[in-house]
Amino acid sequence: MSTPRGQLERDNKRLTGRLALMALGSFAFGFALVPLYDVLCAVTGFGDQKALARAAEVAPQAADESRTVTVEFVADLPNVGSWEFRPVIASMQVHPGKLYETEFVAKNLTGHDTVAQAVPSVAPGNVAGYFHKTECFCFTPQKFAKDEERVLPVRFIVDRALPRHLDRITLAYTFYDQSIRVGQR
Amino acid sequence: MTRTMNKTRAALTACLIAMLAGPAHAASGWGLLNMPEGVTELSKKIYDLHMMIFWWCVAIGIFVFGWMIWAIVAFRKSKGAVANTAMVHSTRAEIIWTLIPVVILVAMSVPSARVLIDIEDARNTELTVKVTAYQWKWQYQYLGTDVGYFSTLARDSNSARQLQSGVDPETVPNYLLDVDRPLVVPAGTKVRLLLTAQDVIHAWWVPDFGMKKDAIPGLVNEMWFKVDTSKTGRYRGQCAELCGRDHGFMPIVVDVLSKADFEAWLAAQKAVVKQAAVAQATPAIS
Amino acid sequence: MATHAHAAAHDDHDHKPHGWRRWVFSTNHKDIGTMYLVFACTMFFVGGTMALIIRAELFQPGLQFVDPQFFNSMTAMHALVMIFGAIMPAWVGLANWMIPIQIGAPDMALPRLNNLSFWILPFAFLILLGTLFVPGGAPAGGWTMYPPLALQGGDSFPMMIFAIHLRGISSVLGAINVVVTIMNMRAPGMNLLKMPMFVWTWLITAYLLVAVMPVLAGAVTMLLTDHFFGTSFFAASGGGDPVMFQHIFWFFGHPEVYIMILPAFGIVSEIIPTFSRKPLFGYESMVYATAAIGFLSFIVWAHHMFTVGMPLAGQLFFMLATMLISVPTGVKVFNWCATMTRGSLSFEPPMLFALAFLFLFTIGGFSGLMLAIVPADFQYQDSYFVVAHFHYVLVPGSLFAIIGAVYYWLPKWVGRMYDQKLATWHFWLSAIFVNVLFFPQHFLGLAGMPRRIPDYATQFADWNMVSSIGAFGFGFSQLLLPYIIIKCVKSGAKAADRTWDGAHGLEWELPSPAPFHSWESPPSAAVIARGAEH
Repeated sequence: MSTPRGQLERDNKRLTGRLALMALGSFAFGFALVPLYDVLCAVTGFGDQKALARAAEVAPQAADESRTVTVEFVADLPNVGSWEFRPVIASMQVHPGKLYETEFVAKNLTGHDTVAQAVPSVAPGNVAGYFHKTECFCFTPQKFAKDEERVLPVRFIVDRALPRHLDRITLAYTFYDQSIRVGQR
Repeated sequence: MTRTMNKTRAALTACLIAMLAGPAHAASGWGLLNMPEGVTELSKKIYDLHMMIFWWCVAIGIFVFGWMIWAIVAFRKSKGAVANTAMVHSTRAEIIWTLIPVVILVAMSVPSARVLIDIEDARNTELTVKVTAYQWKWQYQYLGTDVGYFSTLARDSNSARQLQSGVDPETVPNYLLDVDRPLVVPAGTKVRLLLTAQDVIHAWWVPDFGMKKDAIPGLVNEMWFKVDTSKTGRYRGQCAELCGRDHGFMPIVVDVLSKADFEAWLAAQKAVVKQAAVAQATPAIS
Repeated sequence: MATHAHAAAHDDHDHKPHGWRRWVFSTNHKDIGTMYLVFACTMFFVGGTMALIIRAELFQPGLQFVDPQFFNSMTAMHALVMIFGAIMPAWVGLANWMIPIQIGAPDMALPRLNNLSFWILPFAFLILLGTLFVPGGAPAGGWTMYPPLALQGGDSFPMMIFAIHLRGISSVLGAINVVVTIMNMRAPGMNLLKMPMFVWTWLITAYLLVAVMPVLAGAVTMLLTDHFFGTSFFAASGGGDPVMFQHIFWFFGHPEVYIMILPAFGIVSEIIPTFSRKPLFGYESMVYATAAIGFLSFIVWAHHMFTVGMPLAGQLFFMLATMLISVPTGVKVFNWCATMTRGSLSFEPPMLFALAFLFLFTIGGFSGLMLAIVPADFQYQDSYFVVAHFHYVLVPGSLFAIIGAVYYWLPKWVGRMYDQKLATWHFWLSAIFVNVLFFPQHFLGLAGMPRRIPDYATQFADWNMVSSIGAFGFGFSQLLLPYIIIKCVKSGAKAADRTWDGAHGLEWELPSPAPFHSWESPPSAAVIARGAEH
């Protein structure tokens, strides 16, 4: 060996340490992908579905009367039978830039007081960046008394910058009863 | 592509299939060798793309395998071949076999991108059906109406598929590909599916329609298809994403009717729903 | 060094520890390499048995033998066992045996760590295989563990996660050892660009391992906390996103695919020149191509999940990036062909397996290119076409390269020649049956058969039967491998130091069998120069 033994051992330790740090960094990176994923979606404007669950701050826009977009409303229940949940109207014709309001109706049939959270989603996914909601029942968990029926309003603006090749947006809510965790048996 | 070339290709395909399969009926198991051309605008484009890439691969394969076989045959030690040990490197050759594949890839990617853009263009849909996947069945809801129902594996298939049922699957018509209530859609109409799931991820796939898409809990996905007006009939598919124990047993059946027949069918369904609502005085499935 | 001393004399000279201590406390790279290879071989037959259960059930339509849930366990466990238990440990075993010898080092840089990283493995797999016996059965949500399905697992779920964690630690420690060995332990005069291709491909593989195995650990940790501690990384009900798991998983998963294939490229780059009696054509471009594939593996992950619904720009990006991989891969295939051109070829068993690799891996490459085309992928995705594709890449790809490597270096390891006629039989049986097994799966997938189903519609019966026949033929042919090895160890004829007349590299400068301690003093410049004529 041209390098003395002690030197080699020091070199080995140093490189081992560096590689171990790299491995730890990769482990942390795995977790960092969670926020990074949202950032990426937000930056590219593609399918940032999580932004739908937050109130959007949009500057008032002039309505684009020349263009009409169909917005469909869809309600989903993961626990069929224990809730009633539906949109009041199935779809609306809207002009981009204009503020609209619609309503969903939810009724608690679980037989007890509970809390439910609506999770929003839009299709196609890349519309998320152009669909602004100023008010929505999905921003916070909703308390429901036993057998309570409530009308839940949504106010939204479709951005004028909505790509031209889109003429239809679907807004869907899945209504999750917090007392039941889905996906586990 | 010119028509003659298409014909040549078709002939070549037929030869290849005949070579591989020997005498076989087109519809029987041995003859099922290729992707179906399908019955929608997109499925045909996808099929053409698939065949284009396939023929590119055949062409490249003839060259690469030809080279390998030539080398194996021509430079055998047992035939007295002597190695030219000076042949270790050629920048020119290496640049050539880097650049030519790049050119081929560009030639492949342009038509692929074009078809992809067509697929993503969901404008002017005329009918939307919401498809909700469950472990292990499908639910179809016609948006804007109260018509909606579940679609599960047909009873005869279900009893035959039980472990050691003693029933020969060959005796069950459309074994594992039949349901109690198929999805019904009109031909010549751009139909949009909104896909979601209640429990785990599933995927909706009818090969004749050229597409599959995942149904994901908490998210809505969309896909569309437009079956040719002349292609009314029954089409079958299956769940394509592993979804648990009975993943293999949640088929998809789609009845494609003419527009008029579909309108009549939908009207009848609406009447049934209304009747049921009146009878039970309970709200229908929204 | 080229003396033909008796094996017994070597033993005395080497002060080899005896009995079980030799193995349990081993810090010798050759012994640890042997243990890795024996472990991999064992797991190969365990995973193979699972594959045969799958193919037996799929022999005919209808459910004859197993419950669908157990069938799903078999597909998931077959993948986990083969990927993490057979292919990867086999590569680490070969790395342990050959890398120090090939770079003129006396041992791995971190011998005690080496012992630890091996001995974690049996425990990891005891836990993983133990899930077969817990209530609720083994993991049945696929090796990809997509939530929410994976979260429905019973007692097996935390066991699987724990096993994956252990296995990941073992991999990362092993990879660190390989990098440190290659970077610091090379004999003087052994420049990076003189290293054999196997060492090069392993260096890049080791970096990939350090980079992505911990990401998998992160992903499964999140699954674990989602299941037990009420987090909702992937649960839509709590604001999470099940699709995000797929992104994180495949960020690991795609480099993982290359972790399994890059060392195979290295092996083939050793074997083909030896039996063409000609140096490897375009050595440097081979190195760069390997590095390019390693890099590209990080930016193509989403091609595994085109059907989840991605924006157009994303689909286009991942399609183009994936297609780009065929360029460096093509360079490699062309270089191998050029290596054979104007050579002097002979067809001993290692060469036969390398040639089968060349043909069949190329077929896997073609189907890979087809799968990259997004619109067509909407048809192929999750069908048997995908199953055919990745088995073509992994079985006649990785596995054949491993078998080729064993037949190439076995005489060096044990000092005896194996029965080449029997090994040629092993080759022809494997090469024929592997095609009978996997080629019809292309047809099945294109005709519309989804993957991971225990039962199928009757029009798929014919090709499934052919595939199952191929599977049993292939599976039983593999029993020849341990038989040939045992026969070789027990009664093989004495092997020459330079077993193959066209072989170059430092391993062939050592006696056969390689002494327990080799290159305690580094090889001289002349020896290195002779070895580097690759």
